Amino acid sequence: MVDRVTPDEDSSAAAARVTRSQELVYELRIGEVMTCDPITVAPDCLLTELKEILRVRRISGVPVVDQGCLVGIFSIEDLIVALARGEIGARVGDLMTRQVVSVYADESVIQAVNKFARYGYGRLPVVDREGNLVGIITQGDVVRGLLRRLEVQWHEEEIHRYRASHIFEDIESDQTGLILRYRVAARDFVHGGEASSKVKRALERVGAAPPMVRRVAVATYEAETNLIIHADDGGHLTVEIQPDRIRVVAQDTGPGIPDIQQALQAGFSTAPDWIRELGFGAGMGLNNIRTCADEMNLESRVGVGTRLEAVFHLRERGAT
Amino acid sequence: MTLNEIVSALQLKVLAGRPDAQSAVTGGYAADLLSCVMARARAGSVWVTLQAHVNVVAVASLLGLAGVIITEGAQPDTATCQKAEAEGVVLLSTRETTFAVVAALARLGVEAA
Repeated sequence: MVDRVTPDEDSSAAAARVTRSQELVYELRIGEVMTCDPITVAPDCLLTELKEILRVRRISGVPVVDQGCLVGIFSIEDLIVALARGEIGARVGDLMTRQVVSVYADESVIQAVNKFARYGYGRLPVVDREGNLVGIITQGDVVRGLLRRLEVQWHEEEIHRYRASHIFEDIESDQTGLILRYRVAARDFVHGGEASSKVKRALERVGAAPPMVRRVAVATYEAETNLIIHADDGGHLTVEIQPDRIRVVAQDTGPGIPDIQQALQAGFSTAPDWIRELGFGAGMGLNNIRTCADEMNLESRVGVGTRLEAVFHLRERGAT
Repeated sequence: MTLNEIVSALQLKVLAGRPDAQSAVTGGYAADLLSCVMARARAGSVWVTLQAHVNVVAVASLLGLAGVIITEGAQPDTATCQKAEAEGVVLLSTRETTFAVVAALARLGVEAA
């Protein structure tokens, strides 16, 4: 039986993964990347003057503006046509292109990208909603704008990462610690493992070595699972991260373990059948925690509650 | 052997995630008891199991497994697949038994890690 992903599913999955730069084309506003204060001319400007402006400023076209409002555009092609027809004595307003394709400053950059593609123009005047010219945008402006934004975001991410991983060096105190606390609901298998996943991510962020992250994650997962399976009202999972050690504490308010030595035996479990069918209750959880942790303490009183503590030393075995 | 190649060779159905076509699967592990998996499965391995519920995703994600092959046509629910997508866990499915899948993986050179 061949049962593989069809090409359609595959490409839709690819389409869903829009790249960061594609996303930015939608996020960035034209006003953020355009060139402000563009060179403009008035309708009564002579073509001889315009020719000089294009030559001296090395540009290939200018928006024509009358009292702030965009009224036309005059490109080097229009000038060549005028020269060929011997109309060099005319004024800009007589021969300019009046049907101007423009974009709004508050629109997304994608609008400009689409218009560049559709009309093949090298530049588009940018206007506000009142029709006043506020800038000009070229394809170069779009590329520069994207690169600038990517660089800013990359830089922010770097700072963020640095700060997270140097938290213990940056903060001065006699004892600096980070405490993560999670409420774990009884019998909530749907959210089982979520607290552990969050702990894992937090440890990765503060720069713990991957093997240590794994050991703490496995122990935390087993402790979390025990709260879900056994605790009457669920419980709390607390992870204390210190420069020299990580302490995981799972605490609940009952039912309590009658015989701790028995509970610690591999394969011993009081989990009911329906929980075993889910793959839990193998009687391995506490053993896994003991194997992963450097120290494990289990205290319990029937009718009062259970407190499990697992400690991981970062200095001695930190690198392993 | 990459997970993508395993998907092709064993004609597995991809239920969630993207099978890696670059890095090699470093080993395999088969069990239905989650605590056994937590204790023994290694990062980068492929896990073969009958279990198809949402906690499979948590285990695979915490251990950084290359992927999970769910056997005998067991079908995870939509929420499980969505969670797998969100966590970047690859869920694969087949009608074959766990034993048949492990035997096939062994023939492809995937070993116990």
